[in-house]
Amino acid sequence: MAAIATLKDLYETLSPGLPGVGAAGLDRLRADGYARFLAEGVPTPKVEGWKYTNLRDLAGISLAPARSAANSDGAPSAWDLPSVAPGKTHRLVFVDGVFNAALSAVGPLPEGVALDSLRGLIDASPAYAAEVLDRFPAPKADSGLRVGPNPGRGQTQGLVALNGAFLAEGAVLTVGEGVNLAQPVEVVFVATAADGTWHPRLLIDVAPGARVTVAEHHVSRGGGATFANIVTAIRVGEGATLRHAKFQEEAETALHLASITATVAASATYETFVLTTGARLARTDVQVRLEGSNASTRVSGAYGVDGNRHADFTSLIDHVSPNCTSREVVKGVIDGHGRAVFQGKIIVRPDAQKTDGHQLNRALLLSDTAEIDAKPELEIYADDVKCSHGATAGELDEDALFYLRARGIPADTARALLIAAFLDEVAEEIGDPALRAHATSRIQDRIGRLTGITVDAADLAVEE
Amino acid sequence: MLEIKNLHATVDGKEILKGINLTINPGEVHAIMGPNGSGKSTLSYVLAGRDGYEVTGGSVTFQGKDLLAMEAEERAAEGVFLAFQYPVEIPGVSNTTFLKTALNAVRKHRGLPELDAMQFLKLIRAKAKSLNMNDDMIKRAVNVGFSGGEKKRNDILQMAMLEPGFAILDETDSGLDIDALKLVADGVNSLRGPERSMLVITHYQRLLSYIVPDHVHVLAYGKIVRSGGKELALELEAKGYAEFGSPEAA
Repeated sequence: MAAIATLKDLYETLSPGLPGVGAAGLDRLRADGYARFLAEGVPTPKVEGWKYTNLRDLAGISLAPARSAANSDGAPSAWDLPSVAPGKTHRLVFVDGVFNAALSAVGPLPEGVALDSLRGLIDASPAYAAEVLDRFPAPKADSGLRVGPNPGRGQTQGLVALNGAFLAEGAVLTVGEGVNLAQPVEVVFVATAADGTWHPRLLIDVAPGARVTVAEHHVSRGGGATFANIVTAIRVGEGATLRHAKFQEEAETALHLASITATVAASATYETFVLTTGARLARTDVQVRLEGSNASTRVSGAYGVDGNRHADFTSLIDHVSPNCTSREVVKGVIDGHGRAVFQGKIIVRPDAQKTDGHQLNRALLLSDTAEIDAKPELEIYADDVKCSHGATAGELDEDALFYLRARGIPADTARALLIAAFLDEVAEEIGDPALRAHATSRIQDRIGRLTGITVDAADLAVEE
Repeated sequence: MLEIKNLHATVDGKEILKGINLTINPGEVHAIMGPNGSGKSTLSYVLAGRDGYEVTGGSVTFQGKDLLAMEAEERAAEGVFLAFQYPVEIPGVSNTTFLKTALNAVRKHRGLPELDAMQFLKLIRAKAKSLNMNDDMIKRAVNVGFSGGEKKRNDILQMAMLEPGFAILDETDSGLDIDALKLVADGVNSLRGPERSMLVITHYQRLLSYIVPDHVHVLAYGKIVRSGGKELALELEAKGYAEFGSPEAA
């Protein structure tokens, strides 16, 4: 409880200085977040959804937003920040959780499109900012319908509540009805401090019939033991399409916890891809609610963990309405004492007839001490549905390895090729070409650092 | 070219090869025939350098070098090629990536310049055409969705690209119908030459009607028990392997 007592002091000290204080809507959202966090706290392994990911490391970290002096690698101009389409995106850049206008670049936007930093929006109109924030339903603590021994103990939303208590930084994208935003939107989070905590909120509101691509990048440029607690809230209106990807490549000393919640209306499409190759502990919770009929979602993820690192991909796909489709593919490579967690739940509610839901999780274990905990779950209450899930964990195929070596390919190159091929299949899940190409190149880069071998990404293309 | 002396090898602690002696000169094609379980595939894996096959005695010299001291990839680079009984499917790795990586690794080892993408494509297209393989097959993932005959032709394509000095064909006829067998044999025959030796491992005489050997050896229970010319294959086809005894007798 020591951490929480400290937090109370910090909250009381910090909250009067947050932007837009006094605006009724914002005050209410923050007070509510703080109260809910006090009630729920940091999730512990006693909570079902957190059984495999222990946040004990948070005990030594201040949960309130703060940062030490920047510890960055040279000048911002030399950071070489990632982009899915360099020079051709609308970008908001955040340094240690704080919006940085100088590094950001937003081009002329079509009518009906707005892209702002949350702080900027609050400064301009706290009431409007609160109204936008209110459009997004909070993630549900009770993830399923099942009445079990501990109903409602599945997921805890304490971290989302904590993020709400300190609402200030983040990005807000609204795309008006029928607008097709050709250039991708990017938000880039750069960790430079030796340590620090930030709670950014990303809001993406895609109106009916609109189309947009959004990429999140999380990187370190000299950053150390930083803690990012990111909440992304998404609405995809009727017939709209959002293609979203998150590339988490922070330093191996960072802590990264993220919640992505998307509500998808009738005939709309939401795609998301999550790359997890950085941080010593990273978890992304994805909740997709297929609210209208004929909605569809694709959720995919790739991760690579080694050393003593930990990566957790937890998802909930909630089929509320009939004729919706969902497809989830998550693959990862675990080396050293690395540990990965996959928890994937599909709920098919009683009205969601003709649901088509598929889920696949595959893990490649490169060492005897690597570990994967996989927990696929189907909870089906409708009778006319097609659902499947599969989970495998295995080692590199010895036959394939020998076949490659017998053709003169050195063992380490052969391993790199097989790992690249294994992960590249996930990138094939990504619909947007720019996101897919970036995912492939980041995967190759990570494998290059893991094995010391660079595989030419263009070479890997397989024609079916 | 290849000299095997008193070669002993074990798999999972069990002795499979019990003293093999064999000399293959440049340009010669030798066939090894024998009953199931005689050690034919073990011999091919031992020569190619597969992990899990422990050599407990004897020596293998290839072009004057100690073959057994080399890793599998080094043997391939030196010019030893194994055509697999069951070529492996590798999802996600295209044939072109696989072969370009292999060819350039081998060329580098042999002190030759690496080929760029254009040079490589030109070469593979020419070689594939002679094996009646289309562009589609060379772009697909290695052996994925290939028929038995296509897999074997793909192996022969690899052999044509890597230009080994010594090739081992391990039960290349298994799983092939007669048309596929002819295609594969034609591919192999086109690669015969005065500087290239081959070891053809087979259970049946059938293959040897298409790939005609200079010498035939019978391997039974870990030893070469008889050697002769190509007529020995016909004799074996007629009489079977019964006269070479059973594992208990060996």
